[in-house]
Amino acid sequence: MILKSEVQKIASLARIEITDEEAEKYAQELSDVLGFVEKLNEADTEGIEPIAHITGAKNVIREDKVIEYSGETKDGIINNFPEKKDRFDKVKAVF
Amino acid sequence: MIRELHKKLVNQEITSERLTEDYFAKIEKKNPEIKAYLSLNKEFALDKARSVDKKIKNGEEIDLLAGIPCSIKDNMCIEGLPTTAGSKILENYIPPYDATVVKKLKESDAVLLGKTNMDEFAMGSSTENSAYQVTKNPHDSDRVPGGSSGGSAAAVAADMCAYSLGSDTGGSIRQPASFCGVVGLKPTYGMVSRYGLIAMASSLDQIGPVTKNIEDAAIILTRISGKDRFDSTTVETASKNYEDGLGKDIRGLRIGIPKEYFAGDGLGKDVKEKIEEGIAKFERMGAKIIDINLPSADFALATYYIIMPSEISSNLARFDGIRFGKSAGAESEKTGEDLNLLEIYQKTRAKSLGKEVKRRIMLGTYSLSAGYYDKYYAKAQKARALIRKEFEEAFKKVDVIAGPTSPTAAFKIGEKTANPLEMYLADIYTVTANIAGVPAISFPCGSVRIEKKDLPVGLQLMGKWFDEETLLNAAYAFEQSK
Repeated sequence: MILKSEVQKIASLARIEITDEEAEKYAQELSDVLGFVEKLNEADTEGIEPIAHITGAKNVIREDKVIEYSGETKDGIINNFPEKKDRFDKVKAVF
Repeated sequence: MIRELHKKLVNQEITSERLTEDYFAKIEKKNPEIKAYLSLNKEFALDKARSVDKKIKNGEEIDLLAGIPCSIKDNMCIEGLPTTAGSKILENYIPPYDATVVKKLKESDAVLLGKTNMDEFAMGSSTENSAYQVTKNPHDSDRVPGGSSGGSAAAVAADMCAYSLGSDTGGSIRQPASFCGVVGLKPTYGMVSRYGLIAMASSLDQIGPVTKNIEDAAIILTRISGKDRFDSTTVETASKNYEDGLGKDIRGLRIGIPKEYFAGDGLGKDVKEKIEEGIAKFERMGAKIIDINLPSADFALATYYIIMPSEISSNLARFDGIRFGKSAGAESEKTGEDLNLLEIYQKTRAKSLGKEVKRRIMLGTYSLSAGYYDKYYAKAQKARALIRKEFEEAFKKVDVIAGPTSPTAAFKIGEKTANPLEMYLADIYTVTANIAGVPAISFPCGSVRIEKKDLPVGLQLMGKWFDEETLLNAAYAFEQSK
């Protein structure tokens, strides 16, 4: 069983603000799912090497070359900024 | 369907403009009830249709898809048109570029009618997790169309488009195709570029067609597959016309039946009967039915529900209100509230992400956090290797593996929303193909009668890596034989 305090900690790691009531609900729901995934212990993985995906591809690289995009594409990116100043994305001070 | 429409266009029995207008008329009539579409692009679609008509008039050769109206799941970017992924956080997002699959369809001169509804960020099995609307199953409006590509499957089933593109992370193309009585193909991992697809779980996500018949699925696959420099997981495959590989005799085809898929009480009795009838039909057609074991079936879903949320927690970190989408920061400017950077992240995500999305982000964050990584994520990666190995062994003995797509026919709207875990069990037969990366297809194999409604049942075939040809040919033979 996951505790409410653990849920609050996870939520803060995930950068999601949650209320006390939500934490209680999530504690129950996450516990249910984690109880279910205990089934994973049935897998005998002794001596098995983990894989992250199935293609076997490793360190796929591309040519280090600048691709010039049209003004329209650049404007499209800038227009999606939630807040902007001139053509800059406006962000709160980090420090 | 596509080939017939193509012939009519080329023979000038109908214009693409007329065809497109007819589809918009159907959408106007049916969509208010079914709610398959989130947005429509009438002007844009009609412009394309007219340009195709001009090409035909000038005697130019056109592609099979040219002038034929389709829809796109709302997690794939079309330049200049809204792409929400079913989430409020992207309500005002306008992509400045085309997804590779969209670019390819545009090169074929396909007519893009609009974007279809989906579970938020493709997380769900019923399309009820959409932040915008609940899509109805065209066979029974009290029931869900399946998910997460529920809008695409419903739009195809109700003939509000000729075909659609969906995405499939754990069954999101095949399960709705099964519920709506249409065809859904999840290609091999690495077959189709995901560039411009809003990522859910990158080691599992794959784009594929939702269509009215098998030939259409083959036609679309030919046109959307191939290596793409913008998706490093795509591989060079011999360029094939999958539609040309159909129609071969399936006598001697070895079809594996995993015992585990039919054991236990999870599989509905009525669905089981239909699947067994389907397998018997394959046998009558000359295929060899071979019993196989896939013991991993018992822990595949658990493996999926660790890998998938872990990747989600990482992929969805980008939705923080800084570069695009809704932002608590922009709103606070108006109200004069003074938020710091951390508060902007936390409030943006709290306000604009849905419950299921938050649940999965937190589940993934937990399974990747210090002290739990080995127990959950590392263990799941090993289980995944085990599952792949099991499939490699199975495919030494058989050419394809058959079973149900879903344990039940379409369930009722609201039936499973209260209990997330119960909803997850709907994916039990579909997730394995994503974990192993193999291609899988769902196609209609009859219907079951529930509360005076005939509800479709889908049969699933899984194939060898990059052997879509055998998979599609087997499904085609089934479909053509009455």
